[in-house]
Amino acid sequence: MNGKKKTEARILSQQMIAENIYDLWIASDMAEKAKAGQFIGIYPKDASRLLPRPVSICEADKEKGALRLVYRIAGKGTEEFAGWKEGEQISILGLLGNGFPALHDIWESDREKKKVVLMGGGIGIPPMLQLAREIISEGNRADIIAGYRDGQLFLKEDLEKYGTVFAATEDGSAGTQGNVLTVMEQRQLEADVIMACGPMPMLRAIKRYAQEKKIPAYLSLEERMACGVGACLGCVCKTTHKDPHSHVNNARICTDGPVFEAGEVDI
Amino acid sequence: MNTKVVIAGVELKNPVMTASGTFGSGMEYSEFVDLNRLGAVVTKGVANVPWPGNPTPRVAEVYGGMLNAIGLQNPGIDVLIERDIPFLKQFDTRMIVNVCGKTVEDYLEVVEKLGDTDADLLEINVSCPNVKEGAIAFGQKADCLYDITSQIKAKAKQPVIMKLSPNVTDITEMAKAAEAAGADAISLINTLTGMKIDIYKRTFVLANKTGGLSGPAIKPVAVRMVYQASHAVNIPVIGMGGIATAEDAIEFLLAGAAAVSIGAMNFVNPYATVEVIEGIESYMKQYGIEDINELIGGLKE
Repeated sequence: MNGKKKTEARILSQQMIAENIYDLWIASDMAEKAKAGQFIGIYPKDASRLLPRPVSICEADKEKGALRLVYRIAGKGTEEFAGWKEGEQISILGLLGNGFPALHDIWESDREKKKVVLMGGGIGIPPMLQLAREIISEGNRADIIAGYRDGQLFLKEDLEKYGTVFAATEDGSAGTQGNVLTVMEQRQLEADVIMACGPMPMLRAIKRYAQEKKIPAYLSLEERMACGVGACLGCVCKTTHKDPHSHVNNARICTDGPVFEAGEVDI
Repeated sequence: MNTKVVIAGVELKNPVMTASGTFGSGMEYSEFVDLNRLGAVVTKGVANVPWPGNPTPRVAEVYGGMLNAIGLQNPGIDVLIERDIPFLKQFDTRMIVNVCGKTVEDYLEVVEKLGDTDADLLEINVSCPNVKEGAIAFGQKADCLYDITSQIKAKAKQPVIMKLSPNVTDITEMAKAAEAAGADAISLINTLTGMKIDIYKRTFVLANKTGGLSGPAIKPVAVRMVYQASHAVNIPVIGMGGIATAEDAIEFLLAGAAAVSIGAMNFVNPYATVEVIEGIESYMKQYGIEDINELIGGLKE
C-alpha cells in the first residue's frame, strides 16, 4: 500500500500564467509524500464528465501541505477547472504513478555529485520545477531547458531559483529558436543524465539523442487514462522487454510509469 | 437482516461484485476497498495465451460515460493461475474468472485449466465488442451462443455464467439460447458499441475506431435488458451497466437481477463497490426488508 485515495482538497489560489495555462495551488496532505514526476487525478464537478484528469505535480510544499498543479486547458473538463476559485473544494485522486528516480538510486555506489539536464516541453515543463528542487536539495547541479511555443515563458522565473534555465521557442520570439535539443547542441551542455517531460515527438528525439551520446535518460510519458490506478489498461505504452505485469510488452503509464528509462520503452 | 444471495449454488455474502475488466484482479483497488466486503471479484478476461490488446488511445470520455477499446489485453491463463488466483484466495470473497478467446478451442483450454483452481464460478465473455476475430459472433448469434455454451458446459468443473452482449436485436433470444445450452447463469450487459469523432482533427478518437460504451449513460438500457432477460429465463441474471449508487443497484435487483456488478464507476469512485453495499444495507433497514431476496424481481407490474 502506498496510500492512494480519493479525497477532497481546498483550492488555495488559482491564476492564469499564460494563454490557456493555469497555476493552481491546493491544500492536501499528499504534498508530504509527493515526488517529482508523480501526478494526481482531478475530477470535474460536472457529473456528465466522469473521469479524473491526470495533472502532474509542479511543486509540493511539504511545510504548508500544499500542491502546485500547472495545467493546460485541453478540453471541457480542464476548461471547468479554469473557472474554479480560491476556497472551493475539489475532488482529487492520488498520489499516482512513480516519480523520477533519485540520483542516489541511479548511481547507488557512486557518491559523486552529478550534472543533470532537465528538459520540459510545453505542459511538460511543470514537473521539472519539483524535479529541480529535489535535485538541488541533494547537492547536485541542474541545467534546465524549457521548450515553449512562443514568448509566454511560464514558470521560467520559478525554475531559475534552482538552476540555469535555457528557453527555446518554436517561433524564436524568446531564447533559442527551436526546441530543447537545439539548445542542448548549440550550448554544448553536458549531462550525466537527462530527465524529460513533454510531447511524444520531443521524447522520441531525446531518446535518440541520449542513445547516441550514451547518456541515461528518464522520460515521463502521457496517454489518455481512465482509472489512473492500473486496473483498466487504458494507458499502456510499448516496452522493449516483457514486463512482469502484462507479459505482452505493455507497461501501464499510470502505475508502472509515467517515468520510464528511455531504453525500456519503445516509443 | 440477510444480504446473502445464491448464484448457481454458490453463496455470495452480498449481491455486489465487480464487472470484468474494470477491477483488474482486485489488486489495484485493494488499496481503496476491503475486498472481504465484496460479494465477489470478477477478474479481467483471460485467454489461453497472453493478448497484447489494441493500440492506444484505448479510452475516451463521452457524456455520462466512456468508451473503451482495450482489446482484452491479458497476461494469459498461466499467469492468472500463478499470480491472481492466489492473491484473491487471501480474501473472504467469491472469485469469478472471466474467460475470453478467439476460437471455441481457446475458451475450452482456459476453462479446463481453471477446473483445478479455486475459482468459484466462470464467466464466459462472448460479448467483447473490441476484439475483431470471432469472439463477438458467439455473443450475437443465438445458434453460435448455444453451441459454445454447450461445449463449455461439457468441460467446465465450475458453474458457468454466460456474459451477454447488448448489441443484439432481441436479448431474450440470446438469454434463452444460453439457458437451453445449460448455462448456470447469465450476466448482462456488456458494453454498447459506440464511436467518438474528433471534429477538429477529423479523426476517430479511439485507435480502434469503435469502443464499448459504459457508465451511467447506459443504465436505462441495461435495466430494461435485465428486466427482459430475467423474465425470459429461469437461471439467475447478474445485472450491470452504469451502476454508481445503491439506488442504481436496487433498480437492477427489482428488475430481476440476482446480483449486480460495478464497472466503469470504479474509475470514477474507487470506493463505489463498498458504498453500494452499505447503501443497500441502509435501504433494507429503512424499509424493513429482512431478506435481500425479497428485492430480486420484486417489481410491481
